[in-house]
Amino acid sequence: MNQLWLIPFLPLAGFLLNGLVALVASSARAENESGADHPGAPLPYAQRLFHGIVGVGSVGLAAVLSFAALVPYALGSMRAPEGLAPIVQTVYTWMAAGDYTVDVAFRLDALSALMLSFVTFVGTLIHVYSVGYMQKEEGYGRYFSYLNLFMFAMLTLVLADSLPLLFVGWEGVGLCSYLLIGYYYDKDFCAAAGKKAFIANRVGDFGMVLGIFGVFALFGTADFSFVELAKRQVLAGNAPLGVYAVCLLLFLGACGKSAQVPLHVWLPDAMAGPTPVSALIHAATMVTAGVYLVARCSALFVLSPDALTLVAWIGAGTAIFAATIGLAQNDIKKVLAYSTVSQLGYMFLACGVGAFSAGMFHVFTHAFFKACLFLGSGSVIMSMHHEQDMRKMGGLAGRIPQTFRTMLVATLAIAGVFPLAGFFSKDMILGSAAASGHWALYAVGLFTAGLTAFYMFRLVSMTFFGKARGHGHGHGEHAHESPPTMTVPLWILAAFSVVAGLLGVPVALGGSDRIGRFLEASVAHPEIHEMSHGLEIGLMLLSVGVAVTGLAWAWRWYGKAAGPAEAVSPEAQAFHERTGALGRLVANKWNVDEGIEALVLSPFRKIGTFLWRGFDALFIDGIANASAFLVELLGDLLRFFTTGHVRNYALAFTLGFAALVAYVWMS
Amino acid sequence: MTGVLPGVAPMAVPPGAFLVVATLLFAIGLAGALLKRNALSIFLSIELMMNAVNLLFLTYARMRGDLAGQMIVFFVIAVAAAEAAVGLAIFVALFRAHRTVDVDKIALLKW
Repeated sequence: MNQLWLIPFLPLAGFLLNGLVALVASSARAENESGADHPGAPLPYAQRLFHGIVGVGSVGLAAVLSFAALVPYALGSMRAPEGLAPIVQTVYTWMAAGDYTVDVAFRLDALSALMLSFVTFVGTLIHVYSVGYMQKEEGYGRYFSYLNLFMFAMLTLVLADSLPLLFVGWEGVGLCSYLLIGYYYDKDFCAAAGKKAFIANRVGDFGMVLGIFGVFALFGTADFSFVELAKRQVLAGNAPLGVYAVCLLLFLGACGKSAQVPLHVWLPDAMAGPTPVSALIHAATMVTAGVYLVARCSALFVLSPDALTLVAWIGAGTAIFAATIGLAQNDIKKVLAYSTVSQLGYMFLACGVGAFSAGMFHVFTHAFFKACLFLGSGSVIMSMHHEQDMRKMGGLAGRIPQTFRTMLVATLAIAGVFPLAGFFSKDMILGSAAASGHWALYAVGLFTAGLTAFYMFRLVSMTFFGKARGHGHGHGEHAHESPPTMTVPLWILAAFSVVAGLLGVPVALGGSDRIGRFLEASVAHPEIHEMSHGLEIGLMLLSVGVAVTGLAWAWRWYGKAAGPAEAVSPEAQAFHERTGALGRLVANKWNVDEGIEALVLSPFRKIGTFLWRGFDALFIDGIANASAFLVELLGDLLRFFTTGHVRNYALAFTLGFAALVAYVWMS
Repeated sequence: MTGVLPGVAPMAVPPGAFLVVATLLFAIGLAGALLKRNALSIFLSIELMMNAVNLLFLTYARMRGDLAGQMIVFFVIAVAAAEAAVGLAIFVALFRAHRTVDVDKIALLKW
């Protein structure tokens, strides 16, 4: 029963099966049609059914196995006073060098159990949703094989018992992200977005690899037993500086994968992929891998308060920075993308103030409501015939009521309205920031919570309220609800957006903070500050108040007053005009892309051009060409010895032989 | 005299004379090969040089009482026969193409 390796390898089998069948079928079709027929025709029903069953089935089975493993573990762990010891299963020895080995070993402990639960659960739902969403798309089989490959990589990442194996999964999810962002590879901007994601992640992975080396240098091992060593502070070498450096390097890796400033630029562009991909990879699972990494290495991070401070401020900065951009986006998926970046910032903020379990809790709840929001936006986009601009939507509440209701629930959840999931996790983060005395971070987080509520309700208002604003007899009037394969996952995710937070009801509200106690065994908990329950409840009221204010404001500007022609009320328009240059800067995403272009890419291109034109073309080629020219010159002179007269050759031969004999004679 | 093969009468002519003759033959052949313009003459000169070497082989074989020298001569004669056939065929072909076998006039393979 407890064969952990089966959990990642079932999706791998699904990937191979789907990929092979899709390849064979497409080459057979190419032969039959010989290019004359339209190549974009949907697949035959039987083949689509096959891909769907294999794709959903392999992941579903993996989910069943995961829950069969993690539920007994979690229950047992809750009962035991110190929690259960982690279950580690070694499959085989991957590398052996002297007496040090790196094993392919899988580990189930509190942290990986938490990740496993929502990765497989949300993953399965999104696979089901994809069956409906992708049915008219080309490359159905390719889509499901990539999605299965992603699940394999993600589950390897989550279950790995060592940093090298985690890195395999880490790179695997990066690859699948690239493949799926560039899914519509015949469109230039999709291919470019895929490349951007891949390259931005390279920057982070560079730090990640060095960080792994650093962990090995510090502890003499790279499997997760180093966490125990870190807890007991058994370190080799120059500890304080070494730990600081290793933390920064690992955090650089986390920044790349989890889209923290300034490496966040790839995530909004990643929305070029199909919407279920955005939901699965770029919202619920892959992008949280960075938070997982930091939480996994939390025992190391708490040894370096400087590193933690940096993590907290990068997280807080990203949270507020991305939230401001989210205020001014008109593409429904872009709003959600910046929202994801912002929420990931929240998670790092939590880690940075030492509340790793709060960060992981937010990862957990965020997976449900953000997946719900993305899948809902997919449903909206499909009903609008692939229109993503919210200014052209409006009035969809009555047309696609199920999508509307589920998205509304998820919006309230992410805004942090009591008692939905987002309230508990976000409040745990804000509470921890306040309890550890980081009041500046708390203020940033609180303000961001208001912004979050505002831009999310702006999204809902522009999309669902008011009147349809499509061209002529607009899209909106012909909108129709999505099939059950799409609405059922929406409802399930909406339900979890409501109840997932109950795992972490704080003590102040009469709960017992189950999630925090469950994760205690796996993550560090540096210093526990107690706040009075009165203060804690006061802060909660404050954050709910801020959230509601944000919601109401968005309703006033974008919901209530929006007319049939304009997406926004005159007040919002006037405000935007009053903000002037700053407003334009925010709408243009703070010009980060342009800044990176000017500060990094352009110098790099100049260096590259210099190395090409100056060094390679002039210097290297110069050496090669000059030596070739010399040889040619020499040949031009020597060739006159080839007279064509046999007797010259014979004479030369004779003289040469005589010289040789003379030489031998002399010596 | 040492090294006389069993059952063979001692040499009447001293071996130094053979060496002198062989050297002279070789020198004549070399001069002919370098100076003659007729391909056939050059070829004959080379044959002369080859036979001078054969004579050296035989002389030294006799002097040292070693049969290997004699054996090599047989190989040289066999190879020379084959070489003569090929060489003469080339001259016939050359003559057909150029109506001459003067090597100074057949100098096409040059810079």
